[in-house]
Parts: sequence; C-alpha cells; structure tokens
Amino acid sequence: MSRRFSPKVVSANDLIEGDAVWLTEDDRWTRDMAEAELIEDEAHAAIRLLFAKGQPNVVVGAELVDAAPGPDGPVPTHFREAFRTHGPTNYNLGKRAEGFAPRGHIPGNEAL
Amino acid sequence: MYTYNEFDEAFVRSRVAQFRSQVERRIDGSLTEDEFRPLRLMNGLYLQLHAYMLRVAIPYGTLNPSQMRQLAHIAERWDKGYGHFTTRQNIQFNWPRLKDVPDILDALADVGMHAIQTSGNCVRNVTADHFAAAAADEIADPRPIAELLREWSTDHPEFQFLPRKFKIAITGAPNDRAVTRAHDIGLRMVRNEAGEPGFEVLVGGGLGRTPMLAQVIRDFLPQADLLPYIEAILGAYNLKGRRDNKYKARIKITVFENGLDAFKADVEERFARLRSQWSGVDQEILKDIEAQFAPPAFRNAPTDDYEAFRAQNGVFRAWTDVNLHPHKVDGYTIVSISLKKHGATPGDATAHQMRVMADLAERYGHGELRVSHEQNIILPHVHKSDLPAVWAALREADLATANIGLVSDIIACPGMDYCALATARSIPIAQQIATRFEELQVEHDVGPLKIKISGCINACGHHHVGHIGILGLDRAGVENYQVTLGGDGTETAAIGEKMGPGFPAEEIVGAIERLVLGYLEIRRDAEETFLETFRRAGPEPFKGFLYGTEETADAA
Repeated sequence: MSRRFSPKVVSANDLIEGDAVWLTEDDRWTRDMAEAELIEDEAHAAIRLLFAKGQPNVVVGAELVDAAPGPDGPVPTHFREAFRTHGPTNYNLGKRAEGFAPRGHIPGNEAL
Repeated sequence: MYTYNEFDEAFVRSRVAQFRSQVERRIDGSLTEDEFRPLRLMNGLYLQLHAYMLRVAIPYGTLNPSQMRQLAHIAERWDKGYGHFTTRQNIQFNWPRLKDVPDILDALADVGMHAIQTSGNCVRNVTADHFAAAAADEIADPRPIAELLREWSTDHPEFQFLPRKFKIAITGAPNDRAVTRAHDIGLRMVRNEAGEPGFEVLVGGGLGRTPMLAQVIRDFLPQADLLPYIEAILGAYNLKGRRDNKYKARIKITVFENGLDAFKADVEERFARLRSQWSGVDQEILKDIEAQFAPPAFRNAPTDDYEAFRAQNGVFRAWTDVNLHPHKVDGYTIVSISLKKHGATPGDATAHQMRVMADLAERYGHGELRVSHEQNIILPHVHKSDLPAVWAALREADLATANIGLVSDIIACPGMDYCALATARSIPIAQQIATRFEELQVEHDVGPLKIKISGCINACGHHHVGHIGILGLDRAGVENYQVTLGGDGTETAAIGEKMGPGFPAEEIVGAIERLVLGYLEIRRDAEETFLETFRRAGPEPFKGFLYGTEETADAA
C-alpha cells in the first residue's frame, strides 16, 4: 500500500547569494515561499525537481520539501524550513530584514 | 609571532588564484556543484541555511592587530558587519556572496591568513592553549610546534583524503586549556627526567555522536621525533580508518575497534621505518619558527595605581576578579575579553569591537591577541598598570562583561540559526540562560561553571565536556534539549553523563536554573564548585533538581 503523497515545494539556495529560494509555478525562483508552487502530485513533483536540477548555475541543492497550503500560499511544515523563510533569530538579518514575511511557525515567535 | 616567508606567501596566493578561477567556472556553468563542492570546501566555504559561510583559520588562536583589523574590514566590506569566533579558534563569516569570496581570500592573504583546510577530510587548524607563552603554569610555548605542524600538514600530499577530518590540539601547560583529550591527536609538552623537551601523545579523542577521550599512545616522545611520529599515526589511520561508514571514520573508532595496543604497534612499526628518513631539517625549521615567537620586551613598572583604582572601583574589581589570569612575568596579567555579554550571541564580535581589541593589543598588549576555544578574545600580555585604561576602552565597546568561566560564559555553536546540519537552535538558549542568571544575580556566587550547548549531535558546542552540557535535538518536529552533567574538558577530562528526558525550548532555561540553584543548596561550602559537587554527590540529587523527583522536607 503506497503512502499518500504529502504536498511539497521545490526549494534550493541561490548560487551567488546562497539564500533560500523556491520554485514558482511559472518557472521563476522566488525569495518568498508564499509564491512557491505547492505540488500535490508525486509525478508532477518529480518533473518539477528535474526542472530545478536542470539549472545548476542558478541554484544549488534543489530538493523537494514538505509544505502545506496556507492563507497566502504554501507554508513550511517543519521549523527548519520556517527558519529558511525568516533568517536567523539572533539578529534581524536575512529574509525578514529584506522585507519578506516569515512563513509557517517560528518557535518562540508566538507574538507574530 | 610567525610571519609568512616567501614560500607561504606564494603558496597562499596561488591557492587564491586557483579558487578565483574555480569560482568563475562555477558561475559560468563549466563546473557543476558536485565538481565545485570539494573545491570550495578545501577553501573553507560552506553553504548554510541562509547563505554561504566562510571559515577562516586562526592558527593556534594567535592574531596580530593588523590581522584583527583585516577581519573587521572583511566583515564590513563583504559580510554584515560581524564575525563569529568558534570553538576551534576559527572565525566564521556568515553572509559572503560566492563571487566575493576570492576577494576575501586575497584580503586574508594580505595579512598572512587563509581558509585552507578549515574543512574537508584533512588535518584541520591546529589549536593551542590560548594562554600560550603567557600563563604562569607553562612549561614551554606550544605555538612554534603548532606552526611546524601547520606547515607540515598544509597541502600534505599523503593526507589530503583521510577517512575523515583530523583535529590536533597542543598545550604547553599541565593545566589543559586546549581540550587535548577531545582531539584526534592531543599533544602535551612535557620534560623527561633528564629535563629534555618532548610530548605526551594522546590519540583517538573526539566528541560528536560517539564521544571518546583520547588515550595515551606515548608517554614521552622526544621533540625531534614529533613529525615522523605524527606521520606514522596518520599513515596508520589513513589505511586502517573506515571509509565505508562516515560515522565510524574518525580515528577514535579506528583506535577503539582495533584496540589501542594493536593500533600502537602499527604506529610504532611505521615510526621505526620512517624515523631515519627525517634528516633533521624539520628541527632546523623549528628553530627558525621559535625565533619568531621570541617573548616581547616586558617592562618593569609599578602596579600601585592599578591596586589603588581596583580598591576604589567595585565594577572594575569584579571584572579583574574573573577576567584576569596569572601571567608568568611579574606585573603582567592575561586579560580575557568576554564575547558573552548577557543576552548577546556567544563568540560574535562586531567590526567596531574587533578594531577596539586590535587597538588595545597594539597599545597595551605587545601586539598580540588570541582566540580561545571558549569563544572569547585574549590579550595575553598586559601590564597591570594599564588595566584601568584597557577596561575603560572595553566598557565603551560593550566588551567589559565580567563573566569569564561563570554561568553566562557559555559556549554555543551557531545551531539552527545558521547551520545546515543543526537539529535545533543553540544561540537563543545561551542568550536566555545568560539573561536569566543576570536577573538572578547569582553567577558570582555560583562561581566556576561551564555550560556548553550544541545544536546537533556533531557537538561543535562541546556539550559532552560541559559541566552542564545541552544538546538540541529535533523530537517529532519540535526543538528539544537534552542535558548532560559532569563533563570536563581539562586535564581531569570526563564525558558528561546523560540525564533523563529532554526539555522543550520553553522549559530548558528553568531546568538549568533549578540545577544551578539546587547545586547552591547542596554544595559543601562556597569553595566546592559545581563539578566537584557533582563528582562527590553523583547524578541523583541533580536529577531531582531537573525532574522534581527529589522529596522535599515538607512532603516527607
């Protein structure tokens, strides 16, 4: 019996900047996970991952990452991925310093 | 201090040029990431959660002021204005862009620094006692030996593809401040009965998922035999070390699986073969290196003004009580500059702070700075009469926290705030513990206590050798923190004992508070340290503090 496929996004790091990026439905790389394509079909996920891996001089380490639908777009299901949308928690640097809204649950940020 | 000779300079420059070309080819698509990754790692460049990270070696933790200023310049020009000093006497820049890294490496080469062999399965930065050449308890300065090892191991053709990374630490003092027993090879400088210099050689230590303390493989190795002997150890490991399983590839597993006696027999047999091939040229090179580590021109001056200022100023006195260490020269002291202000990120310094420390070293410190594995900066040679001025300048730069060796002087790895390997965050836990103990106003009463936090099982935060060790794990998608107690990284080294179940992030600070306050209740007197109390009383009372299983007097 095959397990139900859990929704995914394709994520990677930008080759030059090294920061987290996500693949959109219209084949762009976005720095806001909410714009990412939420993939609910396993075969389609494999195709999108192949497409991402075909851009080795744009991004590094493309992979499928668990995600869930949210009010504004896909959100991470694991805190590690939430940090990638947010930046480090010790300084205001990275994604949130660049004006991107954190996606998913950042532990300790219950006030947000 | 050692300055690069023509050979060093040419070698480092050629490596930068090579890497510049490799980066260009990566960006234009001629190199794939699979091809490029080992090349960037050979030059200390990682890809982390939010950005690249460049790890720069600070050999044996020694820096001069112009090097420190260059680190500040790099932080400002190519990074985000700060650097992170690590438990292996390196500095990490957390935000470089790939295309800027060759320029950064060139800027490092301008001051005799590099990032070579700060990653990969090779001999890493050789670390040393951060009080080297200054501490009153020292037999000899270990840094010339560390420099000899750096030169010998850099680009060594036989040892560029070891089964796994390889870390060497050296101390010249009987009080081990270099955590030698947690290293692949630990070297302790000793003298034999005839007074000749040599080493006690330890092998097979390491932390990570299988923590082990190094064992003595040679009680006394004459100084001239060092390189052939290290070559014999590495040669034996290179062949015997397991390449089939990353988690069993460190030399600690090789020694453990073969047994120390069998491993030693192999090493000694190799050594016997190799020794005659060494003509003694290494010892000549060592003499040249030693000449460059000649002690500074210490001055003789009264310390009355220092004593008077100390008597008047309670804040200064508190700082001198914990941030100074005895120097071998009368009138001098070793100053530890805390990078652990309560609530700050352990080990981080801003570019401005780096410049202040560089200026102080130049003006009052005979031009020397050190980085400690405990993530602080040391001014190893300060005359006591200069301490009021040093302290005042440190205060202005937010660097005068009086907490060396206390609860808030916490080692913490970058954890999941930066690291791609981490399973949980370390930095916020360190920040919260330090802030909490500042509120409680008990840390000076508690006295010496080392808390060390790692954000994953790889143990960069040395949690196994913390008096209190904290290991951050991912338990079903939630950060969870496991506590170990009784670890010790010194000459009385011990691996900490795992307590019971871990704590979620919102409960770990309270658990540590209960542990420390509980210790205050059961210590024999104010002289008995946390570690001594743990060793005397055992884990049970501490488990009680952690988990509330101790029967209270009222309940009994």
